[in-house]
Amino acid sequence: MDPTPWTVTEVGEKLRDGSLTPTTLVESALARIEKHDGSLRCMTQVFAPEARRRARALESGAPQGPLWGIPYVAKEILSTRTGRTTCGSRFLEHYESPFDATVIERLDAAGAILLGKSNMDEFAMGSSTENSAFGPTRNPWDASRVPGGSSGGSAAAVAADFVGFGLGSDTGGSIRLPASFCGVVGLKPTYGRVSRYGLVAFASSLDQIGPLAKSVGDAALVFACIAGHDRRDSTSLPLAPPAHAGLGEPLPGLRVGVPRDWLGDGLDAAVRHDFDRVLERLRDAGAVLVDVQLPHASHGVASYYVVATAEAASNLARFDGVRYTRRAGAASDLATLFETSRREGFGDEVKRRILLGTFVLSSGYYDAYYLRAQKVRTLLRRDFDAAFARCDIIAVPAAPTPPFRLGEKTSDPLQMYLSDIFTVPANLAGLPAISVPTGMSDGLPLGTQLLAPALEEARLLRAAAWLESLVGFVPLGQRRNGQGG
Amino acid sequence: MEINDTLVRRLESLAALRLSAEERARLLPQLARILDYVRQLEDLDVSDVPPTTHVLDLPQPLRADAVQPSTPREEMLGNAPEPRAGFYRVPRFVGEDS
Repeated sequence: MDPTPWTVTEVGEKLRDGSLTPTTLVESALARIEKHDGSLRCMTQVFAPEARRRARALESGAPQGPLWGIPYVAKEILSTRTGRTTCGSRFLEHYESPFDATVIERLDAAGAILLGKSNMDEFAMGSSTENSAFGPTRNPWDASRVPGGSSGGSAAAVAADFVGFGLGSDTGGSIRLPASFCGVVGLKPTYGRVSRYGLVAFASSLDQIGPLAKSVGDAALVFACIAGHDRRDSTSLPLAPPAHAGLGEPLPGLRVGVPRDWLGDGLDAAVRHDFDRVLERLRDAGAVLVDVQLPHASHGVASYYVVATAEAASNLARFDGVRYTRRAGAASDLATLFETSRREGFGDEVKRRILLGTFVLSSGYYDAYYLRAQKVRTLLRRDFDAAFARCDIIAVPAAPTPPFRLGEKTSDPLQMYLSDIFTVPANLAGLPAISVPTGMSDGLPLGTQLLAPALEEARLLRAAAWLESLVGFVPLGQRRNGQGG
Repeated sequence: MEINDTLVRRLESLAALRLSAEERARLLPQLARILDYVRQLEDLDVSDVPPTTHVLDLPQPLRADAVQPSTPREEMLGNAPEPRAGFYRVPRFVGEDS
């Protein structure tokens, strides 16, 4: 029996009443991967024997935990004792983590089954999953298109119904952009909500782990399992995870802030059309649309590429040819060993960002670039404070365009960076944000992004579930099933 | 500020990341274009604005200063390209020019 397409919520009931077993679910997932992943390339590693063993072990006891028996994938940047943790990089091609990330431990405790690791842009630097050292992932809706990035493998694996959900990491949109491009839900929690222990660091003040899922309800379920304080991450917030009562209830009177000035003229016509339609649906259902201003949001990408590259240059200094598997051969002195190991191990985008980050932190340029960008970040946070004084939720498109073609932006890094125009502000300000699939353009999915004040994930998820029920988006699996495909 | 060959070589040295001549030729105009875009930050008046050091003004709890077991040395060294007698082996770097 092939239970696809399915959501965690639907299948969870069948698992608990015994009409479906974890083994059936794992076998069906493995069969789908075998059949479809040769062309999509979502999966960098498949843990078939381990997943089968885990399913049998779960079956030997009573169903326990909110994700009991649910197969999932983790992005290659998340440390797992099982398999390798490559970060999509040649540098870490053979790296085996001696420990599990906190999120992996928590999903284990919740009963979930780690089915494999998913493809990503090298060290999460990219917006298309084309920067992976192991080749690009393709969009399950249209194989000539990118799945978005950097968590493109997880998003595509969820859209293709390989698994119940995926874990991604979001530094400037790396969960929300691929969610939008693949027609799934992607949640970036408040900075500090989810422990970063075991997430290989890219930009420590911006990184957050979050779920990619087939519904808002599923995303909320996974989020509740992974959130909460962890003493091993000093930036993890000492707060209990939020409760998620009331998902699916209508929210008449919800004040939805729309920052029209920021949307600008560069927005793709199909995206604009879908976004207008979303606002109309919300208004018709009783939401109150409020004009808000975010005057510094248009400087988000510029600020982001200073802060993120500065932090990356520092974080990636640890990859030196001494500690983490890769070492250039025949270096006669230590400096040459560092320099050549790094030249051979890193791809172009990582090199660009390390050099940019080194530049903005270097003597003579620090004040003009890094310090200024951190000040602009303060201005942006003030913009959000002022906007949220007038509304409950802010709505913007998740991406400025529908999914683009493979190769379309690879030769122009700046164009690639501008894909993140609507997602980076949430990271710079530490806010929770979610992308919900809301429409289609020429057979390709489009997403709408909602943002909430810090720590207001419960409000964000309620609003997202309401939006989801209003737009009635049909996921890829249901469309293909409807066509008998 | 003009980004040129000399500056990129200086950054390579600071970042311990030596590019090949071909890579440098490819990356240099890209870096210049990105920095040109970033320069829009200069349009904003930030003279009285404090920099963001942390996005949330919440207290960070300190944990007790107590010894905890950590990952065993052998496991950590398991990923080293050249472990030797419980250490990382590297080329000689004392008493040489570089």
